[in-house]
Amino acid sequence: MKKLKFDPLNIVICGIGGQGNVLASEVVGSAMTDRGYRVAIGETYGASQRGGSVMSHVRVSEDQELSVLIPSGEAHIIIGFEPLETLRMTRKYAGPNTTIVYDPRPVYPLGVLQGIQQYPDQEALMAEIAELSAAAYPVPAADIAMEVGDSRAANIALLGAFTQLPDTPLSQEDLEKILTQRFKGAVLELNQKAFAKGCAAVNKKEA
Amino acid sequence: MTANAPGQVCLMQGNEAIVRGALEAGINFAASYPGSPSSQVLGMLGKVAKERNFYAEWSTNETCAMEACIGASLANARSLCIVKQNGLLFAADAIHCGAQHGVKGGMVIVTSDDPSAHSSTNEFDSRYQAMSANIPMLEPTSMQETKDMVPYAFELSERTHQMVIIRLTTRVCHGRGNVVLGELPEKPHQMKQVGEWDRMVCVSYLRSAMLQKMDMLRQEFENCPYNHYVGPDHPKELIVAGGTGRLYGQEAIRRLGVGDRVGLLSLATIWPLPEETILRHLEGVEKVLTLEEVDPVLERNLQAIAGSHQMQITFSGREDGALPKIGELDPDNVARAISLLTGAKLPEKKIASQEPLIERELTFCAGCPHRATFHILKKVLRQEKHPGAVIGDIGCYIMSGQAAGQYAFQACNCMGSGINLAEALGQLTHYGLDQKVVTVCGDSTFFHTILPGLVNATYHNANMLLMVLDNSATAMTGFQPHPATGITAMGDQVPPMDIQKVVEGIGCKAEVADPFDVAETEKTIRRLLNTPGMNVLIMRQPCATLMSKKKKRQVKVYVDQNVCLGDGCGCDKYCSRVWGCPGNTWDFKNNKAYIDPVTCVGCGVCAKLCPSGAIKVEGGEEA
Repeated sequence: MKKLKFDPLNIVICGIGGQGNVLASEVVGSAMTDRGYRVAIGETYGASQRGGSVMSHVRVSEDQELSVLIPSGEAHIIIGFEPLETLRMTRKYAGPNTTIVYDPRPVYPLGVLQGIQQYPDQEALMAEIAELSAAAYPVPAADIAMEVGDSRAANIALLGAFTQLPDTPLSQEDLEKILTQRFKGAVLELNQKAFAKGCAAVNKKEA
Repeated sequence: MTANAPGQVCLMQGNEAIVRGALEAGINFAASYPGSPSSQVLGMLGKVAKERNFYAEWSTNETCAMEACIGASLANARSLCIVKQNGLLFAADAIHCGAQHGVKGGMVIVTSDDPSAHSSTNEFDSRYQAMSANIPMLEPTSMQETKDMVPYAFELSERTHQMVIIRLTTRVCHGRGNVVLGELPEKPHQMKQVGEWDRMVCVSYLRSAMLQKMDMLRQEFENCPYNHYVGPDHPKELIVAGGTGRLYGQEAIRRLGVGDRVGLLSLATIWPLPEETILRHLEGVEKVLTLEEVDPVLERNLQAIAGSHQMQITFSGREDGALPKIGELDPDNVARAISLLTGAKLPEKKIASQEPLIERELTFCAGCPHRATFHILKKVLRQEKHPGAVIGDIGCYIMSGQAAGQYAFQACNCMGSGINLAEALGQLTHYGLDQKVVTVCGDSTFFHTILPGLVNATYHNANMLLMVLDNSATAMTGFQPHPATGITAMGDQVPPMDIQKVVEGIGCKAEVADPFDVAETEKTIRRLLNTPGMNVLIMRQPCATLMSKKKKRQVKVYVDQNVCLGDGCGCDKYCSRVWGCPGNTWDFKNNKAYIDPVTCVGCGVCAKLCPSGAIKVEGGEEA
């Protein structure tokens, strides 16, 4: 069991119902359990498939028994499937050590489409996410997924990007292995493509 | 789930832990009606029931489930009933009578409360039911305890001949944690023939026997292995935690660095409370903070125990505002409360912008037939002399009270109540109430509790329209089967019940309409609203999410940019603003309508509504 840089290591995964949050947290959580860590996950989804905000907290420790929720300001990594939801979680959970990887593609709430609400200015939103974190990586996960042929693979693309972060507990190879265990045939191939492009999206930025 | 691998460590959801615990207990019978946050339990049990040789069913409602479990107990079977807080209330008569006559085979009820009402209309606290019915109640604090408590509860139930309730909350049901597996029995619990002189009859004189059982359980709970104490020997400050409170408390104590002076007593035995254990820990304590979900039940009981022993202790928790009166516990409010208790402080944090961010209101999914139903209904009602009275019910369509459903209904009470609220208004139309009366229910709710109300309203010929939103699914809780789906929890194909025939069977007229056939359905609704007496209209169109799980319609819906007049059109962005489907977005750069290909499922209704005919549908009807 590798020593964790932060113990507990706290990861927030956020987005909108239907984007694959739960699967993403479950993949990371099981992989860490298999490595012998203690894992606690809290899912907040309520009426998840109806367009509301959803979030998962994934917590990993070498020996502590943890509650399923992260205290505010204590996240080390935030994975965001939507920029407004990413900012919401960043304001609450980010601290000086937080790295963020997120899809900057907005999904407009109903109120915005109806002209009752105004979606925040995208540049200001991205600037605030960057300012509140140690490092923030926007990754066009939904675009990548559509490019490889299925919008549902966006979560896998973002998980690829997640493996490239400095404090990440899982390597690219670890997750590649998990993909081959979970998916088969054409779905596996599609997810592998999305995953590779997700990895590259962060690497490019560091180069 | 069915691996017989004692000692193996798994990552398990709380709901999965209940399933595993039930398998390790060798249950014979399980019944439930879906209700979040514990909806997943029975579905998982149904999948492994044949392999493990027990029976599992999605009952028509919670009372059916509860009473069936009591029935199974008469044959010495181990039975498990899973409900949410509303379901436990719905079956309240059954458990009160059941507690009085007791059980033979072990019977365990899992109830899931929903603090913060993540997927509920309320934050009811199930603990009052245990207190009111004199049923022992346990509450686990981790996924491991959740699993281990199921066999423990069965054993306790059989020893005391009383049913046992395990109270879960959303954070346990939907949380995940490490669980060490136990052993699976070779075969389920041994059943016995019902003997000629076996008795489980609710009679008033059994009350004293029931109360004796409670005294016995109180003694037993003094040594319950799931009650823990961590901390110094004689603390001046004590935290008493139930459920999720233990782990939040433990972490906050560590972060605040007060572990050497604050005690943490965690009680799994919610009812009856182990008084001697509590008194022992209260000895010499000056201040007590109680951490519990929903109401200050534990806090008030601790006050009563301390008061009856003339102890001078200051209590804090939900009641005095140290913790919020509504909403769930979380690491932040618990840390604040412990900070208040001890004076210790967490380091100050940089505060992010307080400027509010727009909230994301829930809405019907893209392509949801309910959106079309309420769009048509409101249109027709607005053309009536008076705007009409619409009564809602419990299901996805509860969102029709919001923008998603054109703010359609004026009242919504509990599950199955819509028909009865509407019946009253329908009767009052004979006494001067000059309005059309409409109520809606889903297909699963129809069988759950609408049926008796429909019999009542039909027999008394109420002036009203019941719209059954038949989307072939119990959609809100995750697509569990119900009597019209033709499948059971164990995967058996059975003849589906035809809602139209059921309605006609009680002597009521019933018609069927397709919410996606906007023009025709509009006419039908208008005609039925103006037909005196009890009318039923079945709005039939499968749930969009259910459909997309099967196969996406091979249809492309798009906006012809040359035809759409954008801001210049007199429609005032009808597709995105009024219709309000998440698939109909707006291209703010070009000021024209846009259909999001990621979200759109191709129902094509918006194409029928666009006044310019700019929305095009390409491709066949369905794949």
